[in-house]
Amino acid sequence: MAKKLGKQTYVMDTPPTIAGFAAIGSKKEGEGPLGQYFDVINFDSTFSQKTWEKAESKLAHDTVELAVKKAGLSYQDIDCIFAGDLLNQCIGSTFGVRELGIPYLGIYGACSTMAEGLMLAAFLADGGGMQNIIASTASHFCTAERQYRFPLEYGGQRTPTSQWTVTGSGAAVVTAGGGAGPFIRAATVGTIEDKGIKDAANMGAAMAPAAAATIQQFFADTGTRPEDYDLILTGDLGQVGSDLLYELLLREDVDIKSRHTDCGLLIYDPDKQDVHAGASGCGCCASVLCSYILPSVVAGRLKKLLFIATGALLSPTSTQQGESIPSVAHLVYITSEPGQGV
Amino acid sequence: MSLTNQEYEELSKRYSKNSKAMMNIPKAFIIGGLICALGQGLIALYTALGVPEDLAPGACSMTLVLLSALLTGLGVYDNIAKHAGAGTLVPITGFANAMVSPALEFKSEGLILGVGAKMFAIAGPVIVYGLSASVLYGLVMVLLGL
Repeated sequence: MAKKLGKQTYVMDTPPTIAGFAAIGSKKEGEGPLGQYFDVINFDSTFSQKTWEKAESKLAHDTVELAVKKAGLSYQDIDCIFAGDLLNQCIGSTFGVRELGIPYLGIYGACSTMAEGLMLAAFLADGGGMQNIIASTASHFCTAERQYRFPLEYGGQRTPTSQWTVTGSGAAVVTAGGGAGPFIRAATVGTIEDKGIKDAANMGAAMAPAAAATIQQFFADTGTRPEDYDLILTGDLGQVGSDLLYELLLREDVDIKSRHTDCGLLIYDPDKQDVHAGASGCGCCASVLCSYILPSVVAGRLKKLLFIATGALLSPTSTQQGESIPSVAHLVYITSEPGQGV
Repeated sequence: MSLTNQEYEELSKRYSKNSKAMMNIPKAFIIGGLICALGQGLIALYTALGVPEDLAPGACSMTLVLLSALLTGLGVYDNIAKHAGAGTLVPITGFANAMVSPALEFKSEGLILGVGAKMFAIAGPVIVYGLSASVLYGLVMVLLGL
């Protein structure tokens, strides 16, 4: 059973292992710098479906299927799946996994969903009585655009601070005790932070305070420093959010710049792919983690990784009503060696 | 974090780039101007083809709307508008695009609540306030006895 350390951090007793993981992307992701690391790149962004929502569900379904296969398991072995996405009532996930017969727990953390799912899975695997649990999420550029912004063919201009929603997904099978790793050693549950940013086209600025709060809390709870880790990987802060994160943490005497990168800055080429401030969406950090990052942990190139997924908890309604954007960030500490404590 | 909301807003502004007005405005001017020149050319063409002078502007508008709808359907319009901005938004082509793009997008929700209702999601306010303004204008004209 995980033990509480400090205010918001929980350290696993027997670190659960990520036994299998998979990532699927589409055309733009395939053309990006990480294209070669994805398990599957489907250049048809409809995924042979009639609607964009069905395409996203297909993406979610195929990724879960692949992750289970890569873990060497079958659906009967899975005790539970944590899944969520950006669509109203999370239909991307529920419709995607409805045929699989896996006990389902829906979660919503916007783009922080992957970290939320991973930490819940780890908690349940470490003393919760479950053996194999999936954490999964997906996003699709076209469903996100029509839900949050404008029709695809509408002739609008995007601002320099806006981010491009990833058409991609990631799924990881978390297994109790033993295994070869990567291991989930600890997790910090984030608080909701809101510094009054109202511009829905500047999510990085809205989410940076949440990331800063969670990272700072983790260091305070564990008594560790940024230098103790190989990589501090945030979800989808993009360029604006990453710059603000450094600034906010420096004010608290925490310097992460040399250890930090952001999934929203990795997945696309900012010079060639016209994504403005970077990438976003549930599938952004989920697919980067499950394609590019976790294999490096398995290979031992990355030994200690802090994965912090950030989510902007807004809705089109709250934006239209002039509300500011509350955000949350959850941290999962992943290592290549099982070990104890942090 | 000890920053107040106002301090954070100022900080975030420092890191948030503004739109490139020096690039965007001339591009909007040139592309918008080209569309208007095309319109003028169409009026001249229709007049030369024997369309009465008072009907030629209407025929020109219809042609521009058709072209805009066609380019929207072909997935080209948004690529032009990305550079043109207000240059494609302000002429009647922008209005046509604002009607056709949601109609295409929401086809998946059916002909009534999808195409029929959502078609006005962007252009609706323009119609509402355009009509309101014209009613107000009419009232002013009547009251002033013009």
